Amino acid sequence: MAVSTTSSTVMNNVEAVRATLYEAMKNDDRTIILGEDVGARGNVFLITKDFINEFGPQRVIDTPIAEASIVGIAVGMAMEGLRPIAEIQFADFIYPAFNQIVGEAAKTRYRSNGEYTCPLVIRTPYGGGVRGALSHSVSIEALFYHVPGLKIVAPAFPADVKGLLNAAIDDPDPVLFLEHKKTYRLIKGEVPDGHYTIPLGKASVLKEGTQLTVVSYGLYVHWALEAAQSLANEGMSIEVIDLRSIRPMDKGTILTSVEKTRKLLIVHEDNKFGGIGAEISAMVAEEALFHLDAPIRRHCAPDVPAMGYAEPLEHEYMSSPAKMAGAMRDLVKF
Amino acid sequence: MAKTDTKTQTFARAGLTDEQLRQMLRNMLMQRQLDNRGFQLNRQGKVPFALGSEGHEALQAGAAMAFHRGKDILAPYYRDLGLALGIGLTPYEIMLSIFARADDHNGGRQFPNHYSSKAAGLMSFSSILAAHIPHAVGAAYAIQYRGEKGRAVLVTCGDGTTSEGEWHESMNFAAIHRLPLVMLVENNEWAISTPLDKQMAQPEIWKRAAGYGMPGVRFDGFDPIATYATVSEALDRARSGGGPTLVEGVCYRYLAHSTDDNDMTYRTKEEVAEHRKKDPVPRFEAVLIEQGVTSVDEIAAMKKDVLRETNEATDKAEAVPYPTPSELYTHLYEGAWQPWL
Repeated sequence: MAVSTTSSTVMNNVEAVRATLYEAMKNDDRTIILGEDVGARGNVFLITKDFINEFGPQRVIDTPIAEASIVGIAVGMAMEGLRPIAEIQFADFIYPAFNQIVGEAAKTRYRSNGEYTCPLVIRTPYGGGVRGALSHSVSIEALFYHVPGLKIVAPAFPADVKGLLNAAIDDPDPVLFLEHKKTYRLIKGEVPDGHYTIPLGKASVLKEGTQLTVVSYGLYVHWALEAAQSLANEGMSIEVIDLRSIRPMDKGTILTSVEKTRKLLIVHEDNKFGGIGAEISAMVAEEALFHLDAPIRRHCAPDVPAMGYAEPLEHEYMSSPAKMAGAMRDLVKF
Repeated sequence: MAKTDTKTQTFARAGLTDEQLRQMLRNMLMQRQLDNRGFQLNRQGKVPFALGSEGHEALQAGAAMAFHRGKDILAPYYRDLGLALGIGLTPYEIMLSIFARADDHNGGRQFPNHYSSKAAGLMSFSSILAAHIPHAVGAAYAIQYRGEKGRAVLVTCGDGTTSEGEWHESMNFAAIHRLPLVMLVENNEWAISTPLDKQMAQPEIWKRAAGYGMPGVRFDGFDPIATYATVSEALDRARSGGGPTLVEGVCYRYLAHSTDDNDMTYRTKEEVAEHRKKDPVPRFEAVLIEQGVTSVDEIAAMKKDVLRETNEATDKAEAVPYPTPSELYTHLYEGAWQPWL
């Protein structure tokens, strides 16, 4: 974390989201939170608990169950000078809002030649490993990754959650902010006090190494780090990069690392086919092919819709530090 | 409710001055001339596409007269030429859109008739039907949240759009929060080729208002004065904290959906001819002559002037260059474009 302040507080990811939203609500009365159950219930993960009491129902809007218009109304608010933060209760429920995100928010500035803009944050919890089954565990990033006009952020650590969410809120364009729900309470860390931002589109090198570059984001960053550290005991030197922002892609950090290690493994929870790893692979093949000593590999979800509810189905779908270590070991030894 | 009953010679003008009545007529004549020009330019091979609002002239001239410039917000759809003109866009701006020239508000990016003007309070919109209605609701929410009294949002759509889920979602949300919003449905009986009876079992759209808990009104969309009276009342209610209204104007689409459509594949000449008998433009001309608001000669002069202005706007817009290829790369995000790969 390229942040230096005098003091910090230990938080988990859910607390970091909450603290950052609270700060945004305190600092700017143009900030409006809207979504399902964000008010009296305080969001299903209690992220906005008591916000409605402090900021009032005009700023913390319990919407009807209508995802397309949650985003659509937020787009209209943003076009007319507010700074809405729309919540989709689970990322799996974002599909009805697809057009509002892809066809409207992402194109507002472009189609009006800059006359209208859409400074909007859409937050949503995604990801599995929580027995969320087919409709409470999906990864949605690849569906939006293709879309110019959007920015997509998927932090893994509490300090990054805060810095990137602040940056997303300040950003003059629409940002899709993805929160891995298994990391919500699992991952704790020091979060610098006071206001700071982390630029969108900057990856973070979590662990330096010389034999293999591993690129990941979200929950799998933590598992990739664990796997790389375990392989250090076998004498392998693995570099681990946390993308933090999926789009814009931090091409420079990835290329610099691959040119050094000469091998690349991309690890993500989302499906392999057409996923984020496909784009990174293509980029590295285009820009750094002759630096490579091995084929680029992707360790990702199988080509099935999502993880099943039954424990063995979830287990089969998800990777693990051990599975990741296997993929890393194979590539180091290639 | 205003009525224009030429038989009994009663003339309810809904408080409109002679000057305002003539402005509405001129707007209607200008709509027809600009529509005609778009189709001509398409046949001449000068523009690839045109789309007209013929049959909507009275409705749009009347509704636009109820709009408060500099205060209200308009969230229109793509068949709203008369509303755009009526709230202050010029024929030249319309022609820039038709020709997709560099000085167009959208920089020549959007289809014709997809107007946008922050200065005029006209919200940018796409071709995806009903997608703009939640935007209007969000704008109305912003007005209410900031406590901006005396402002309202006028959002429009055709009958076809009322089938979309976002139409329902928007009406529901606007009613819950009693937002300063008027939902104006321009019911022209056709969703491209799909008639009303295949769009809805209950064809009176205004009646749905009761289901949302807001007032609903239907009016004769061929009568600009009735339109003005109805939309004015609804906008006044919205501006003064009385919440949203659903207003439905009944009109007819005289032209095919666009230059790329052949309406004779799904409706008959006889049907169109039957509706032509009620054409709102000559009908309003006759009313104003009969009431002494204008004269045959004045209307002839007005038509000549509308043609002159259309010709000038056409020539001036056509002379403006296209956007340069480099314009493809601007205004994606704030700041300079950079390829992410």
